[in-house]
Amino acid sequence: MTRLLAALAAVLPALVAAAPAAAEQLVISISRHQVMVNSSFDGTSIVLFGTVEPDSPGGRRQSVSYDLVTTITGPRQTLVTRRKERVLGIWANVAGRTFVNVPTYLAVLANRPFNTIANPETLRRNQVGMDYILLPQQIGPDVADVVRDDPFRVNFIRLKNEHRLYLQEPNGVTFLTPTVFRAGIVLPAISPVGNYDVDVKLFGNGALLTRATSAFEIVKVGFEQFVATAARDHGLLYGLAAAMMAVFTGWFASVVFRRD
Amino acid sequence: MQIYLPIADLPVNIFLVLGMGLAVGFISGMFGIGGGFLMTPLLIFIGVSPAVAVASVASHIAASSCSGAISYWRRNAIDLALALMLLAGGILGTAVGIWLFAVLRALDQLDLTIGLSYVVLLGVVGVLMITESVRAIIREQQGKPTTPRRGGAHTWVHGLPLKMRFKRSKIYVSAIPVWGIGFLIGFIGAILGIGGGFILVPMLIYFLRVPTATVLGTSMVLTLITMASATVMHAATNHLVDAVLALILMVGGVIGAQFGARAGQNMRGERLRLLLGLLVFAVGLRFAFQLVVQPDDLYSVRLIGGG
Repeated sequence: MTRLLAALAAVLPALVAAAPAAAEQLVISISRHQVMVNSSFDGTSIVLFGTVEPDSPGGRRQSVSYDLVTTITGPRQTLVTRRKERVLGIWANVAGRTFVNVPTYLAVLANRPFNTIANPETLRRNQVGMDYILLPQQIGPDVADVVRDDPFRVNFIRLKNEHRLYLQEPNGVTFLTPTVFRAGIVLPAISPVGNYDVDVKLFGNGALLTRATSAFEIVKVGFEQFVATAARDHGLLYGLAAAMMAVFTGWFASVVFRRD
Repeated sequence: MQIYLPIADLPVNIFLVLGMGLAVGFISGMFGIGGGFLMTPLLIFIGVSPAVAVASVASHIAASSCSGAISYWRRNAIDLALALMLLAGGILGTAVGIWLFAVLRALDQLDLTIGLSYVVLLGVVGVLMITESVRAIIREQQGKPTTPRRGGAHTWVHGLPLKMRFKRSKIYVSAIPVWGIGFLIGFIGAILGIGGGFILVPMLIYFLRVPTATVLGTSMVLTLITMASATVMHAATNHLVDAVLALILMVGGVIGAQFGARAGQNMRGERLRLLLGLLVFAVGLRFAFQLVVQPDDLYSVRLIGGG
């Protein structure tokens, strides 16, 4: 909650400057702040709830229809996308593009198609939707994003989408009443552990009105966490234990199946 | 029943992995090989990253070769001196292999090199085994002795210096080809993530004339030591050994190996070698197919470093 307040405190002054006529407040809450990964983890989903609070008790402005875009960003990783071509009859990787510090998980949910929420310039400025979210790439000596129909960018997003790690759902947010909304965040089983940022942007009449942020984390617990921590922090001991386990399993089998 | 693998970071069906362990274990017990050349591609196929697959399969092979080595030990069918001499070459080969692995990875051509190496290696070994065993079967059907007398058959290998006597195997050969074979196996193992038993066994038979009585046991001791140390090395440097995955594979593997060994004992040596040759050749063809046929997806995404 303090985090939410801090975020609001940071956003509000800017908001007052941008839209002095009226200011809405977003109040959001997510169903879980921690997702536990245990041996039976097979993906999960988190529900985001929120309301749009008018600034004055006078009620919401009748002329404004609210639109909402939620962006969930997972921990960042550097990935390389490669393209195969036929060389001397063999299919080999000939070209590649490095995506520097891009989200491992990215979901963009909205209550209607993005191009009906705001004009392209506003969407680009606020990084709304897969087309406009920055995906920094190593191009020569520079790190920059490219045009949105660049083949490497398109295929990178397509491959991530096939693993359900990059999602874009123009109907992922539902308004239950004109001011109360709900969104379901689907996390596949291969979602990496780490911190996930939730960023909610409220649009009205094609302009950004306000935003709110939250976060959740995916952590390994119990045996899974024990194994992962041991492998990372005590690699040598872990390796010796694994080798001992192999020798013991082999010995045990030869005792059980002994025939002479 | 799904189980989440803590290092591979994905859920798998426990019975699927157990079944893979059983099937590969059966084959490994039948032919006296580790089966890494089958298991690593299978794991990659179900979605485990190649690096985790290679590292975890190492401990699986260690378990199945340990089980095999113990039963050969009881029958006194292991030439420990020969295994240790092979190991000396193997350690150097592994070091060179790991160095080349890093160089190729930096050049972005590791996948292609692994693919091509599998095709060439499995293709050549497969064809050699098939022709040799078919010849043996034909000889047998013509009523000639199945195994030509080997005791006096000297090749250029026997003219090399540094001769050593290996009492258990009753051979007297130069240490140079022994080290050379060990080096090659260590090198191939580091690059391709396979134990190399299916190459080692024919090499020991054809080049060093190691008798069939000790060849399998000796090969298994060597595989056990190299794969156990590979497990420790992979775990200590890359943190990529998935103990849960390895344990499921091991349990399936050692059970399968017992049944495989029984099935193998009821078959004649030449037929067994023909079957293994066909299997090796088929896996080689599968890799060749993958390289030549246009892939469904020209694009691929990989994490930089590690998995």
